[in-house]
Amino acid sequence: MTALMLEGILLTIITAATPLLFASIGELVTERSGVLNLGVEGMMAMGAVIGFAVAHSTGNIALGVVGAIFAGMAMAALFGVVTLIFVANQVASGLALTLFGLGLSGLIGDAFVGVPGAGLARVSIPGLSDLPVIGLLFRLDPLTYLAVAITIAVSWFLFRTRGGLILRAVGDSHVSAHALGYSVIRVRFMAVLFGGACSGLAGAYLSLVYTPQWTQAMTAGRGWIALALVVFGTWLPGRVAVGALLFGGVSILQLHAQALGVGVPSQFLSALPYLTTVIVLVIISRNRALVRANTPAALGQSFVPDR
Amino acid sequence: MKKILTAATAIVALAVGIGSAEAAGKLKACWMYVGPHSDGGYSEGHDVGRQMVEKELGDKVETSYVESIAEGPDAERALERLARSGCEIIFSTSFGFMDATIKVAAKFPKVKFEHATGFKTSENVGTYNARFYEGRYIAGQIAAKQSKSGVSGYIVSFPIPEVVMGINAYMLGAQSINPDFKLKIVWVNSWFDPAKEADAAKALFDQGADIIAQHTDSPAPLQIAQERGLHGFGQAHNMYDFAPKAQYTAIIDTWGPYYVKRVNAVLDGTWKAEQIWDGLKDGILHMADYTNLPDDVVASAKKTQAEIEAGTLLPFKGPIFKQDGTEVIGAGKSLDDGTLLSMNWYVKGIDDKLPQ
Repeated sequence: MTALMLEGILLTIITAATPLLFASIGELVTERSGVLNLGVEGMMAMGAVIGFAVAHSTGNIALGVVGAIFAGMAMAALFGVVTLIFVANQVASGLALTLFGLGLSGLIGDAFVGVPGAGLARVSIPGLSDLPVIGLLFRLDPLTYLAVAITIAVSWFLFRTRGGLILRAVGDSHVSAHALGYSVIRVRFMAVLFGGACSGLAGAYLSLVYTPQWTQAMTAGRGWIALALVVFGTWLPGRVAVGALLFGGVSILQLHAQALGVGVPSQFLSALPYLTTVIVLVIISRNRALVRANTPAALGQSFVPDR
Repeated sequence: MKKILTAATAIVALAVGIGSAEAAGKLKACWMYVGPHSDGGYSEGHDVGRQMVEKELGDKVETSYVESIAEGPDAERALERLARSGCEIIFSTSFGFMDATIKVAAKFPKVKFEHATGFKTSENVGTYNARFYEGRYIAGQIAAKQSKSGVSGYIVSFPIPEVVMGINAYMLGAQSINPDFKLKIVWVNSWFDPAKEADAAKALFDQGADIIAQHTDSPAPLQIAQERGLHGFGQAHNMYDFAPKAQYTAIIDTWGPYYVKRVNAVLDGTWKAEQIWDGLKDGILHMADYTNLPDDVVASAKKTQAEIEAGTLLPFKGPIFKQDGTEVIGAGKSLDDGTLLSMNWYVKGIDDKLPQ
C-alpha cells in the first residue's frame, strides 16, 4: 500500500464521516434539550435540494450552503411548532417530517435532476498542508472544517457554559427547569432549530461536496444512521464524532477489502460498518452510571406549562 | 404506541397511495419503480417510457406510478393497491419484484402484469427485458483498448443473474481485446446510493483501476472519474452531462416503444403473457454517442455494435470457461437464453468470489 493510496483512503473516510457528523451533532443538541426529532432524514433531504438549487441558480456555492441551513431550520421550525406549541407526539411528528421532507424535496428538485453541479473546492492551509501524512488533514473542503468546529463548539457549549447547563437541565427535568424560571419551550425551540440547521448542512454536504448533483432520496438513510449514532455515542459529542468516523471508516475499508478480493462474502462486509459501530460504541459505553448521567431524562416527553 | 403505529401506517399508505380518480372508458396502465421516478437512471428510464405511452396514446389511456418501493414484502402490498385501484396492466420494473408480482397476479386474474428482467411467468404475468449485455460487451472492448493499467473497476448492486450476466459480458468483451485484462468488483448492496457509489469508485481508482463500469443507477461514479481525469461508462441513462470528459458511452434503456406496443395490445385485446427479450437491433436499448475516444476505437466499437445488431457477433459465444476452468460451452455454440437468465457463475479471469 503506497502513501498516496493511504492518503486517498483517509480522505474518503473523512468525506464519508462528515455528513453523519453534521447531522448527529445537530440531533445531539436537540435531544439534549429533551426533544426527539426523527425527521433528520427529511431535513437533510431538504437541505440537499435547497443547497443544490440555490448554488445552481446563483452560481455561488456559499449561498447554497446558507440556503441549506435555512431549509433545515424551516423544516425544524415546522416540527417545533407542531410538537412544542401544539404538543403533538414527537415520534409520530418526526416520522411525518421525514416523509414530508423526502416528498417535498423530490417535488422541488424535479427541475434539478440530471443537472450537474459544481463541487466545492478543497482549501489548503499554508504551511501545515505540506506536512507528511497529517498534512492531508489541512487540505480538506471548508465544510469539513466547519463540522469539526461545530463539534468542538457544541462540546464546549454543553459542558462549559451556563447556557449549556440550562439546555441540559431542560432536557433532564423540564418541570424543575420551568420551576426555576427558564422558558422550556424557548430553549427547546432553539435546540430544535440548531438541529435543523445542522441537518441542512449535512444535506448540503451531500449535494454540493460529496456528489455534486441532486437526485431524489440521495440521502439514502444517512439521517437514520445519524440518529443511531447519537444514542450509541451516549449523547456525548466526542463519542458521536468517533462513531461517525468509525462508521465512515469501516464502510470505506470494506469497499477496499472487496476491491482487493479478500474472499469474504460481500453481504457480510456491507453489514460490517453497522456491526462495528454498534459493538465498539457498546463497549465504550459499558459504564452504566455514565450512560445514565448523559441520557436526557425527559427525552421525548412533551411539556405543557401549567402556569 | 398503537396509536402511533396506526398514524404511521396511515401516513405510509397516503405516501404510497395514488390518485384513483378514473375516467370511464380509459385504460388504466400503472408502473411500479424501485427508485424515485426522477433518479436520473434506471427508474427514470421507465418513467420516460410511461410518459411516451401517455403522449402517444393520449386520451385512450390514463397512467400512474408508485415510486421508491422496496423489494420485498412492501412490493406485494404496493402491487395489491395498484391492482385494487383499477389498473388493468401493471408494469413492475425491478428484478426483486418478481415473487410479489407472481403472488399478486394470482389474486387478480383479470389484471395483466408485466415484470421487467425476471424469469417467472404465469397466465397473466409476462416478462420483458433488454439484452443489456450486448452493450456491456461493447463497453468491455472499449475498456480493454483504453485502459493503461489493464484494470477496470465494476460497481455492482446485487448478485442476480442480470448483473452477473453484465459482468461476464463486459469481461468477455475486454478479453477479446486483452486476454490478461483484470476486473475489480465492488458490491454496494444498493441500486441507488450516490454517496456509496462514489466511495466505491474512489476505492477502485485508489487500487489502480483507471476505468469504471457500473450496474448501479446514479452518475456519481462518473463524476469521480471526471474529477480524477479517468473514464467510465454511463448506466441506463446518458450521463454525459454529469461527466462530459469522462463518459466513453452509456447503455441507454429505451422502454417507451415497448410500453406503447404492450398497452396497445391490451387496448385491442391481443395481449397475452409472453417472455420478451429484445436487444440493440430492436431499439429497446441504445448506445450513447461514443465520446472521449480516439477515432479507431470509435470505429471498432461501431463495428462491434453493427455485428451484434446483425446477429453475426454473439457476446456469449463459446468456448466459455467458468472461473475454475470448466467449460460451459464449446466453440461454435452460444449460450441459450435460459442459461443466461439463470447465470450464477463468473467467467474465467475474473478475480472475485460471487456472493451466493
